[in-house]
Amino acid sequence: MSKNMNIEVKHITRVEGHGNIIVNANNGKVEKVQWQVPEAPRFFEAMVRGRSYEDIQLIVSRICGICSISHSLVATRAVESALGLEVSEQTDLIRLLMHYSEQLQSHVLHIGYLAAPDFFGVPSVVPLVPKATDAVKTIIKAHRVANEWSDLIGGRTTHPVTLKPGGMTTLPSEKQLRDLQAALRNTLADLGIIAKIILSVAGNIPHFERPTEYVSLKQINPPTYTFYHGDITSNDCSGKTVPVKDWHKVTNEYVVEHSTAKWTKWHRDSYAVGALARFNNNAELLSDGAKETAKTFGLQKGCCNPFMNTVAQLVESVHVVETSIAIIDKLLTKGIKPEKVTVKVKAGKGTAAIEAPRGILFHEYEFDKKGTCVAADICIPTNQNHANIQKDFEKLVPEIFSEGETAVRQKLEMLVRAYDPCISCSTHMLDVKFVR
Amino acid sequence: MSKPRVAIFDFACCEGCQLQIVNLEEEILELLGVADVVEWREAMSEQSREYDIAIVEGSITRPEDEERLWVIRSGAKVLIALGACATIGGINKLKNNFDLQDVKKCVYGKNANMHHLDTAMTRAIDEVVKVDYKVHGCPIDRKEFTYIMRCLLIGKTPEIPEWPVCVECKAKGNPCLWEYGQVCLGPIIRAGCGARCPSSGFRCFGCRGYIDNPNFDAAKDVIEKYGLNIETLKSKMVLFGSRQVPINE
Repeated sequence: MSKNMNIEVKHITRVEGHGNIIVNANNGKVEKVQWQVPEAPRFFEAMVRGRSYEDIQLIVSRICGICSISHSLVATRAVESALGLEVSEQTDLIRLLMHYSEQLQSHVLHIGYLAAPDFFGVPSVVPLVPKATDAVKTIIKAHRVANEWSDLIGGRTTHPVTLKPGGMTTLPSEKQLRDLQAALRNTLADLGIIAKIILSVAGNIPHFERPTEYVSLKQINPPTYTFYHGDITSNDCSGKTVPVKDWHKVTNEYVVEHSTAKWTKWHRDSYAVGALARFNNNAELLSDGAKETAKTFGLQKGCCNPFMNTVAQLVESVHVVETSIAIIDKLLTKGIKPEKVTVKVKAGKGTAAIEAPRGILFHEYEFDKKGTCVAADICIPTNQNHANIQKDFEKLVPEIFSEGETAVRQKLEMLVRAYDPCISCSTHMLDVKFVR
Repeated sequence: MSKPRVAIFDFACCEGCQLQIVNLEEEILELLGVADVVEWREAMSEQSREYDIAIVEGSITRPEDEERLWVIRSGAKVLIALGACATIGGINKLKNNFDLQDVKKCVYGKNANMHHLDTAMTRAIDEVVKVDYKVHGCPIDRKEFTYIMRCLLIGKTPEIPEWPVCVECKAKGNPCLWEYGQVCLGPIIRAGCGARCPSSGFRCFGCRGYIDNPNFDAAKDVIEKYGLNIETLKSKMVLFGSRQVPINE
């Protein structure tokens, strides 16, 4: 076996955005292991300066094509917080439905198209089409339902156009909601099939553990497996939470030389966000079917194998579908009512956090008395995972070094994919205040 | 005849337009039946330098990206610009309204001068290389994408609407959003989207770019009719970077 190793993966495939992996080893000694982010920065935070409060969600939605609903929702809520706007229960529930549609779309995309090929030992989903046609079609079907769902509530599958500060521009009809509910019941069955498919290859999920700090939202009142409301927590907080407005105390961002994205740390050298973080902080609050799915895979609270994030996404997919079926019941019982929204523009600063599919996402904006944006501050989930990916690399490489270059390369790529990074997102943040 | 080889590349963008190709759902299997997708970093690990059709998403913002685009263009018989960032510069062009040093400082603070954070003025793909076809929109419309691909595969020139969004919006019987106080760009933006946003009660913000001969005077008349400020219209018009200097007052 060679004692030297030189791995240079330029632009790792099957992830959103551009990332590089570097490993150098000499005479059996690992000299360099590095996760690099060379994505072209797009400077969103600079571009929202001088824009009206009405345009903010429209612009920042474009940070990410996969999680555009999360960006739009959290931006709208941050704007509402700045302007002191309260939304109705109906608006809140409909937005939550919109948010869940994206969780399902994004999770199925990652599980089925981006991660699964590794478990099957193929370079992409394409070779699986002739080999496992039914399996691929089931995945496509679940993905389609999720997109049609986003389309119904958001007006489009990507970059929604139904959100406005204070409410919604348009509402789904009761019939549309009933049809959606029926489709979601079928999706639950399809998710069961997908779970069986993944379970059949779950033996190929690497065994690797590294005690990690997991950061997510936590909602205490009422206790909820939250993607939307609540405060910030981690497994290092002994059950306590930090208010969302104090998010800078959590992220502690810093710039590193090999990355156009900033990195973060809280109680330890790094922390992780995403499905596994949410699971580790809130698992007891999952829906029944989701708990059952976790059990099938042996996924338990306290799991610190980052490769299991993909399984946690599957568990969450079941959860959001089951929860949405119940939300639709609630909406239908009350009946959908048109609402009139009045916005009174004033100067102010607002912060909001949301669980995007890839983890906790923060947006903060400040407006002058005309409602013009004078400051913005955004911190994206993948940023919060970059340092953790690096720390995982540093522990994993020596552990698997003897397996040889091909295996090391493959497992590092799998590890990055397990985090489901959204790299083009992660290069759009700032922590510097500006004044026009 | 062998199947044409298609490669998909991306530059500065949100990759949401590639996602619309994934969002073709079952139809993507049909696409795979008539064309060989040989490279698509976001969805596949396969890679190839041999392709006939290059589909390019995103805008050009750095010198190294410009070089990469030239290489892609030189290897492709046909180049398709995919989505607003590629066709008109998209939201990325908002950056061009500011001093670049100021933009970098705003985002990266004291680290703004680190070499790897360099950025240049945002350009659409056809401001750098020749573009054969454009799929407009942010994101693209999936039906329009398959229509253009189909035309290309059978050697027909696709017909892209040369009329404004208002035409499609009126045909749908939507109430005019100007009547509700929204500054909608429908009168000057290229149709083809089925007026999706106004149909959801959200103003057109121009993601498909201007029609070739936009009637700016009519737009100004509308502004006057509704007693609005021309600055408001101008501010909405630069959102998607169609043109940086929209109206001569």
